[in-house]
Amino acid sequence: MSTLNTDPNITAPDDFYATLLAAHEGKSKEESDAINARLVLILANQIGDTDTLNAAIALAAEG
Amino acid sequence: MFDDRYSLAHKIYPYEKHADQDKAEAVRHPVVVVGGGPIGVATALDLGMQDIPVVVLDDHEGIGMGSRAICFAKRCLEVADRYGCGEPMLEKGVVWNLGKVFHKEGKIYEFNLLPEEGHKYPAFINLQQPYFERFMVDRLRALQAEGKPIEIRGKNRVDNIEVKDDHVVLDVMTPDGPYKIEADWLVAADGANSPTRDMLGLDFTGKVFQDSFLIADIRMKNVEFPTERWFWFDPTHGSGASTLLHKQPDDVWRIDFQIGWDVDRKEEMKEENIRRRLDAMLGDVEYEMVWSSIYTFQCKRMETFRHGPVLFAGDAAHQVSPFGARGANSGMQDVDNLGWKLGMVLKGQAPVALLDSYSEERVHGADENILNSTRSTDFITPKTEISKTFRDAVLTLAAKHAFARPLVNSGRLSVPCVYDGLSLNGPDQLPGGPERTRVGAPMVDAPLGNDWLLGQVGGHFTLLTIDADAPESLDVDGVDVTRLALSAEGNPELAERYLGDAKAAVYLIRPDQHVAARWERFDTASVRRAVNIATARA
Repeated sequence: MSTLNTDPNITAPDDFYATLLAAHEGKSKEESDAINARLVLILANQIGDTDTLNAAIALAAEG
Repeated sequence: MFDDRYSLAHKIYPYEKHADQDKAEAVRHPVVVVGGGPIGVATALDLGMQDIPVVVLDDHEGIGMGSRAICFAKRCLEVADRYGCGEPMLEKGVVWNLGKVFHKEGKIYEFNLLPEEGHKYPAFINLQQPYFERFMVDRLRALQAEGKPIEIRGKNRVDNIEVKDDHVVLDVMTPDGPYKIEADWLVAADGANSPTRDMLGLDFTGKVFQDSFLIADIRMKNVEFPTERWFWFDPTHGSGASTLLHKQPDDVWRIDFQIGWDVDRKEEMKEENIRRRLDAMLGDVEYEMVWSSIYTFQCKRMETFRHGPVLFAGDAAHQVSPFGARGANSGMQDVDNLGWKLGMVLKGQAPVALLDSYSEERVHGADENILNSTRSTDFITPKTEISKTFRDAVLTLAAKHAFARPLVNSGRLSVPCVYDGLSLNGPDQLPGGPERTRVGAPMVDAPLGNDWLLGQVGGHFTLLTIDADAPESLDVDGVDVTRLALSAEGNPELAERYLGDAKAAVYLIRPDQHVAARWERFDTASVRRAVNIATARA
């Protein structure tokens, strides 16, 4: 059973979204891709659990 | 007719005409091994020590030049130890524990392997392959002197193989012309390009990696270089797309440069061009070139390693990328697995089906090795834009944050595979027993006074009892099981590695030192059943 939380869980959604976009402001496509890759790895480490990570990757790949 | 394919480091089994060559009828041997490399010679040691006559045929007269496989892992050394040639390897080899990882212009972090105490052999040693082979052939000669039935025939090239139901017929070419011999069993240890595999028309499938690597072995002059492993990703000094440096005995350093797929090999192999790369990396140091070579690699295996009376071992059966040192190391584990099984079948103690378990277990091992080395390859040489993006993200984060370091994959150290869930496994009934010595696992070494646990087992079935009663020996329908009685009192390593939370334990150990079954206490019927399972007689 997946432990992935697909219910709303972000404390301040609008703030989070704005912060995420701000990190990419003025960056080239390549720089942005690098930021995203680092962010995925940092968040993945925060989660840690294999089942949850697998469920998240599968959900993302579904599109 | 007999052009050498490579030059020799040691010509130690020169051609000599054998009586078999003058016989009108082909002489039948129980076992013929094709290939006198490390895997073929190990097979001869294993069988010879069991007093099973074995003939090794090699199309050269000794050991090839070049350092080649230079990392020999613990399990491989333990197998060599069982064959009586591990100690000289350890004595000659270089042990390192400190590794440094570089990205672009600088070092991003370093790691210490912090080896666990209480093992005869370290996690691995660096040793040039010709030494490794030489120590094994020395041992082979010593066994011959003791009267063990081992033969090695140089410049004996197998040109044709006819496979019958219960034997093979070989056409062998020598400097004195051709002759025929027969074998009940043929072990093909003739390397990644196995002529045996081709002659039998068997598939070898998998993935070819489009990259090449330049190896340079150099001897430093007047410079003290530390005994460490250095791995560069994308070095800005421009010597290659990735570069690996580590130390070998005799003050020789091995440097591997990843140089891409579309390279002019002849041009790259010119000394001036190799020196250009070396100088870019090393700066202003003096060195002499010892050996160099260019290699490409593939991750492939045969579908099954047994084809009737023909058994494939080592690179002939499976090939991996060099990252993680899983080539020669896994080949030695093949032999470890095959030797006792072939011995029991030849002595009539086990059915031929036992040899199918060789394929089952070692295919499992090969798949694990291919998986690991493919993952390392994908990290070291990313093949798509996105995989490069993630790879670089890992390296960037690893420089500052410990969490990303386990993701850096510059080759995962070869560890022996555990035969989890496979056919020869008996019951695992030791509640609280350690995970690392579960059924299917190779035994973990532990100190026993001035000796070592692994030195006390192997070559036959052992009943290892720890603070548990059992008879001194058992005869299970012709298979001898000998007890090794130990106590964990005053031996914390033994307790930690074999008891865990249990108070006592009884382990059934296979001749290759893998755990066949384990219990809390001895029970005759259970042990008999487990021996029968482990010998494919159940």
